[in-house]
Amino acid sequence: MKYIDEFRDGEVAQSIAGKIAHSAQGDRRYSFMEFCGGHTHAMSRYGLSDLLPETVRMVHGPGCPVCVLPIGRVDMAINLALQQNVILCTYGDTLRVPASNGLSLMKAKARGGDIRMVYSTLDALRLARENPQRQVVFFAIGFETTTPPTALAIQQAQLEQLSNFSVLCCHVLTPAAISQILESPEVRQWGTVPIDGFIGPAHVSTVIGSRPYEFFAEEYRKPVVIAGFEPLDVMQAILMLVRQVNDGRAEVENEFSRAVTREGNLKAQERVAEVFELRREFEWRGLGIVPYSALQIREKYAAFDAERRFDLEYQSVPDNKACECGAILRGVKRPQDCKIFGTVCTPENPIGSCMVSSEGACAAHYSYGRYKDMN
Amino acid sequence: MADVKRGYVRPLDLKSGRVDLTHGSGGRAMVQLISELFAHHLGNEYLGQGNDGAVLPAPMLDGKPARIVMSTDSHVVSPLFFPGGDIGCLSVHGTVNDVAVMGATPLYLAAGFILEEGFALADLARIVESMAEAARTAGVPVVTGDTKVVERGKGDGVFITTTAVGVLPEGLELGGNRARPGDVVLVSGSMGDHGVAIMSQRENLSFDAPIVSDTAALNGLIAAMLATGADIRCLRDPTRGGLAATLNEIAGQSGVGMMLRESAIPVKPVVAAACELLGLDPLNVANEGKLIAICASADAPALLATMRAHPLGQDAALIGEVSIDTHHFVQLSTAFGGRRIVDWLASDQLPRIC
Repeated sequence: MKYIDEFRDGEVAQSIAGKIAHSAQGDRRYSFMEFCGGHTHAMSRYGLSDLLPETVRMVHGPGCPVCVLPIGRVDMAINLALQQNVILCTYGDTLRVPASNGLSLMKAKARGGDIRMVYSTLDALRLARENPQRQVVFFAIGFETTTPPTALAIQQAQLEQLSNFSVLCCHVLTPAAISQILESPEVRQWGTVPIDGFIGPAHVSTVIGSRPYEFFAEEYRKPVVIAGFEPLDVMQAILMLVRQVNDGRAEVENEFSRAVTREGNLKAQERVAEVFELRREFEWRGLGIVPYSALQIREKYAAFDAERRFDLEYQSVPDNKACECGAILRGVKRPQDCKIFGTVCTPENPIGSCMVSSEGACAAHYSYGRYKDMN
Repeated sequence: MADVKRGYVRPLDLKSGRVDLTHGSGGRAMVQLISELFAHHLGNEYLGQGNDGAVLPAPMLDGKPARIVMSTDSHVVSPLFFPGGDIGCLSVHGTVNDVAVMGATPLYLAAGFILEEGFALADLARIVESMAEAARTAGVPVVTGDTKVVERGKGDGVFITTTAVGVLPEGLELGGNRARPGDVVLVSGSMGDHGVAIMSQRENLSFDAPIVSDTAALNGLIAAMLATGADIRCLRDPTRGGLAATLNEIAGQSGVGMMLRESAIPVKPVVAAACELLGLDPLNVANEGKLIAICASADAPALLATMRAHPLGQDAALIGEVSIDTHHFVQLSTAFGGRRIVDWLASDQLPRIC
């Protein structure tokens, strides 16, 4: 497959692995956080950690859209489907996120909720057109990658005066999450989460560009290398990070230059700015309440805001006590450090959100890497 | 009595007619549907007798009473028609294959139809014709059947349950519990074709090169493989859950592990591309005309050659080995140079978001 196979070449991987091993010689240990679940997934699926020297450790970050979705938000969506009788549509992975009362959207569907999986916001709009007598709510989740399509859908709905369409907006922002991690006591005071640098998001960066990360590099003295989601991208980014650390540099470098520019996708940014504004605060699973870390629909498009239309109020719900998703999302713990990992909590019966999506750190480790925990 | 005139019966309107509740009511309309559609296409000496059941000769092999293998499978595919096949031929292939991978020669099929009120008779006719064609090609006649009609909204057009019966020679024991460390894992061809064909149809995705389901009856290929005398431990068709689920099943049953080589597993480029796009892993995607064989490693070259000589096994490949593993993991050495588990799926594969 052209443009894919080139980035999965085993021989090139060995050669980069050699360079990493060579550069990472000596006593120093390197600890990098891959922010995105897409990177976590790629690393597990291609067995990438087998190619890294012991001195290089990767810490999984919170960049998995369904992982950071708090229970209370999923409850709102379930409530819309079961109590308000709307057609609730959302992206596939969201369906299995555990919510209150042992429910998930998938289980709510079995209880009679009209819940549909869509591949794109266009499908959600189509559902609204085809069902004029029903309310159709798009449960919009995800980072900056999925935000522009939601903005477009809202604008299109206004253009068509689709009065039965609305959006339950749960879009969140990458830079705010990175700040939260860097400001956390584990990183700043206690040093329990050593982070020498970040692998920056792939798809998110195609939208927001590389510029937003310059602040982290400068302010926190942490190198950032933006990388694509293919395994060679990740290997190359790790090599670039090791070299930055060795040189004492803290810069934003762009490994994913085939898709990411410094400015990003200006058109998409414009649309997003037109439809959305910053939310004063938003609760993340794992990170807690993070100020200005999410988006809400502007007054101008209030008619398409499901929270206003159905008078929804967010209620915070604590995670299952035994679940370590919070610590795992902050990089404090690894999946295998959680007591219920692989016992009570499995992909078949996820207790925490990290076990749901293939991008979640727990699901990735369970599905691809758990043989390493066994002797 | 002989010269009593038969009442005129208007033939079924196979062009624009639709299934209605009378077609399942046990009256003349049902008899007409059966005779003009089912018996017409599927007809054979057993079905033609029109009795409640088929009377079949006691199965013999080499002059001795033979063991019977029986398997049943319900088919609920959506869409009903897909590139490379439809629910009709699929319902024959699926069940014939289930019997054949036991090492048995499939002999007869039974078919139960659940039709939804309002279903186009023209579509039903296409499905039954395709079923008849598949049964002919496989050499396994449909000897008895049943039809029910449910109200509109209570079915999904048509559901078909088929049951197949076959005979198994004495001494031939294939089973998922017989894989031994050192054995090798063979597949008869490319993985994921059927599931991706269905999925791309469902999601309205079109590709330059069409993705066609591999649905086919494997009894011919299996007969050729058994005739080699190779020490085959187990045969299985990797349908739902794909290669990953089937190998995990066998690893669990046999109490062994497996180590596969990613680069050796055949996947068509267009299927791989569609999987990339949809966020799927071809190893988890269903096949309907492929088999997995676990066999003694010494016999692998000859067996592989025989498979490749058969039209349904041209792309057969040796993809890995059975290993000792108390955790019964199926592992994969990736083309990239790493290692990972090939796991069961928790549920349907869901597309990734980011």
